[in-house]
Amino acid sequence: MRPALTEAAVTPEIAAEHGLTADEYQRVLEIMGRVPTLTELGIFSVMWSEHCSYKSSKVWLTTLPTTGAQVICGPGENAGVVDFGDGDAIIFKMESHNHPSFIEPYQGAATGVGGILRDVFTMGARPIANMNALRFGSPDHAKTRHLVSGVVSGIGGYGNCVGVPTVGGETNFHESYNGNILVNAMTVGVAKADRIFYSAAAGIGNPVVYVGSKTGRDGIHGATMASAEFSEDSEEKRPTVQVGDPFTEKLLIEACLELMDTDAIVAIQDMGAAGLTSSSVEMAGKGGLGIELVLDHVPMRETGMSPYEIMLSESQERMLIILKPGREEIARKIFEKWELDFAVIGHLTDTGRLVLKMHGQVWADMPIAPISNRAPVYERPWEPTPPQPEVDEGVWDGWNLSLEETLVKLVSGPDQASKRWIWEQYDSLVGGDTRFMSGQAAAAVVRLPNQKKAVAITTDCTPRYVKADPVRGGAQAVAEAYRNLSAVGALPLAVTDNLNFGNPEKPRIMGQIVGAIQGMGEACRALDFPVVSGNVSLYNETNGEAILPTPAIGAVGSLPDAMLAVGIAFKNEGDTILVVGETKGHIGQSLFLREILGREEGPPPPVDLKAERRNGEFVRALVLDGLVTASHDVSDGGLLVAVAEMAMAGGVGAHITGLDGAHPKVLFGEDQARYVLAVRPDKAEAVQARAREAGVPVTVLGTTRGTALTGRGGEAISIERLRKANEAWLPAYMTAGVE
Amino acid sequence: MKAAVIVFPGSNRERDAVAALETVSGVKPYEVWHRDTELPQVDLIVVPGGFSYGDYLRSGAMAAHSPIMREVKARADKGVRVLGVCNGFQIITEAGLLPGALRRNAGLKFICKQVALRVENTDSDFTAKYRKGQIVRYPVAHGDGNYWADADTIKRLEDQGQVAFRYVAADGGDDPLGNPNGSAAAIAGIFNEKKTVLGLMPHPEDAVETLHGNTDGRPMFQGLVDALQ
Repeated sequence: MRPALTEAAVTPEIAAEHGLTADEYQRVLEIMGRVPTLTELGIFSVMWSEHCSYKSSKVWLTTLPTTGAQVICGPGENAGVVDFGDGDAIIFKMESHNHPSFIEPYQGAATGVGGILRDVFTMGARPIANMNALRFGSPDHAKTRHLVSGVVSGIGGYGNCVGVPTVGGETNFHESYNGNILVNAMTVGVAKADRIFYSAAAGIGNPVVYVGSKTGRDGIHGATMASAEFSEDSEEKRPTVQVGDPFTEKLLIEACLELMDTDAIVAIQDMGAAGLTSSSVEMAGKGGLGIELVLDHVPMRETGMSPYEIMLSESQERMLIILKPGREEIARKIFEKWELDFAVIGHLTDTGRLVLKMHGQVWADMPIAPISNRAPVYERPWEPTPPQPEVDEGVWDGWNLSLEETLVKLVSGPDQASKRWIWEQYDSLVGGDTRFMSGQAAAAVVRLPNQKKAVAITTDCTPRYVKADPVRGGAQAVAEAYRNLSAVGALPLAVTDNLNFGNPEKPRIMGQIVGAIQGMGEACRALDFPVVSGNVSLYNETNGEAILPTPAIGAVGSLPDAMLAVGIAFKNEGDTILVVGETKGHIGQSLFLREILGREEGPPPPVDLKAERRNGEFVRALVLDGLVTASHDVSDGGLLVAVAEMAMAGGVGAHITGLDGAHPKVLFGEDQARYVLAVRPDKAEAVQARAREAGVPVTVLGTTRGTALTGRGGEAISIERLRKANEAWLPAYMTAGVE
Repeated sequence: MKAAVIVFPGSNRERDAVAALETVSGVKPYEVWHRDTELPQVDLIVVPGGFSYGDYLRSGAMAAHSPIMREVKARADKGVRVLGVCNGFQIITEAGLLPGALRRNAGLKFICKQVALRVENTDSDFTAKYRKGQIVRYPVAHGDGNYWADADTIKRLEDQGQVAFRYVAADGGDDPLGNPNGSAAAIAGIFNEKKTVLGLMPHPEDAVETLHGNTDGRPMFQGLVDALQ
């Protein structure tokens, strides 16, 4: 029986409700040559949303370097692909799920993980590691505890079940995220370089196949929601948040990888943001073809769904596949084995049009090419961020804590405190290939299945730097990623960026976006560290207040042998502690300034990309030559915090002789391009000689020994006391919420 | 030693189990799909960890009724060694191969970390290579690892030497802080009466090579290989 189904006639008001501007709607009318149907309008609105079209950032994103000998596939596909040698490829990407995670933290974060996993296995990779970069509001804010709890269980609930280890990331707190948290999830997978799957459809008449979960009414207009500011009524948007099922995702991974072992697939893409709409439009568009879908054949979870709802649903765990002719039965058998839905829902045509039929009626008939090539692109006005004045020397008068109390406070502050409470909820070990989680080493290190070699993974961004100077902050985020990879001994290969900003229609915010991209571009070029994938999340504002600009950088590097990687923990007593790189004592925007003196001011530290590269290459070579027993980059909190973290991780202290009489800015300044290394004492001279040869500044800081940080003056800071303070903050904070 | 690893929809540590068996025995085990009804001739059956059927209904409850489990039970009755790890422990408990049940962790959270265990009984092929009372470290990674059985059953397990592993503090002491999930009597793993079936929540297969940080799980597989040559 055919249900009666009619659609409302489209008016300019309905177009506006769909988030289209008057100009954009005018453009729709021109493309269509008539008033669009509601389904057609819905398709335009999601495809032209900020989330799907990158209309505010596109002109700037195209300035980023995206090529290099190591790049197999740069931006534009589901994820980036780099050459990993021996016929292997690493496929990776980071993506935000900010808006949904604020509204419904468990499902928002869970489906964020699910979405990024699909982006990676869609291209033929088995996912081998997940990371995530999280930013929450002030710990004092009423919602923060609930959001931390929900996001962490969501990430764990999904990642643990699909059996991909979650090996680290970063978690920060700042009041600017009170109304807009950031959940940036990254997946790294491994594939054969000659078995990469792309999304461009080909072959007129080829079947279009739908696999995975059934389509429901969840997530309709998620992409549109993610393209607007929040206001007080955002809670009412809960129905736009998708619901995830990691069990189905696990089956989908196995079924897709099994199908990929056959020769049945022409093209494949996951149904992520904007679901069936973006997958069908993008696949056909890239192939220059048309596509005709019979929506009656779409597996549905609910009855009475309209074409509009089917096309805009963001139900999870679904993929769209173009098969070679006659391969339907091979594919069907595989998906039936894994107990997943499988349906042929249409075919490719030579018309260049998207045609949607249901109940024998046509609900959309629209040209595909203009949806992308006539999509709005905005060169939004922007203003550069004014430079910050240097920090006044008088700030030091406000420092009234002892060295010990200062260090305790730094390592126990929300940003620096141990995140054990979080990462113990993640299965970091499944697969049996995890060498280091991030935290145990400057970057996570995961071995490739059945091989010796390993991928090193990091996520980095220091938003307070970016806010003070977007160009420098953007460069710093890339440089820190490069440094973290080098510190474990890995060769940095490529970057994925996740750009989180406020409302781009404000010139001040647009200036942050432009500046950060410029800085990132400079750093990526100088470090031969191209951007191969990325994601942009704008409108992270609530009631007009924007988040700190947060261009999160995810990056991967290669190690010839997982066992060559070095962690941060001091391992032996009697090792010589060296500082690589020059310490000038830059205190502007430092953690010390914020946590100890309560001031967020000054310019961020300068980034010398030549020094970054030279020092990184030097450290990497030392690690690979087996000369280093512990290695850590120097970042938040400066030199003394880096040493304290190495001591806490290894349970071995340090006698520090290289800082006698030093100004505190030397201890806590955040100069870039620096590392702390421990080397066996009989190797210290050789290492210093190599440094002189390479023109790398290296100084001796002291020796590992005992159970405290000690100095020549007889002072002693107990490692146990630091560790207790470092471990205590987060569990105490989270339990305080339980009434 | 020939071994089979059973794969259910949602299993995710089968790869770890296969790697551990292959590393120690030098022989690649069979991987058997849950819907199969026959098992190859093997000396050891491993029911691996994961989230079979997404933990829907109850951890392990649906997998316990998979077609292959009838065959696993028949082989177990004949004395073929069966090792159930994590979700595998939940499955063989649901299937009635071992007594008791695994409930939600007392802390209500999934927990992944290295734990210290005391080997309580070395009179089995699984534990023969350990010393009685030896403290070993394996990782745990579970949300439902809180072992429960009624008082009579616990007493019987204790009296008959069926407690294989017990959670202890890092220094080996009986400290409740060493018990990560609230298990009764700090039980981490149990045998059947004949000591031919072992179920445990911690993962010996993820403590086999240097990369894992410790190799305390290796003697379990070595013991099986030596006994079942």
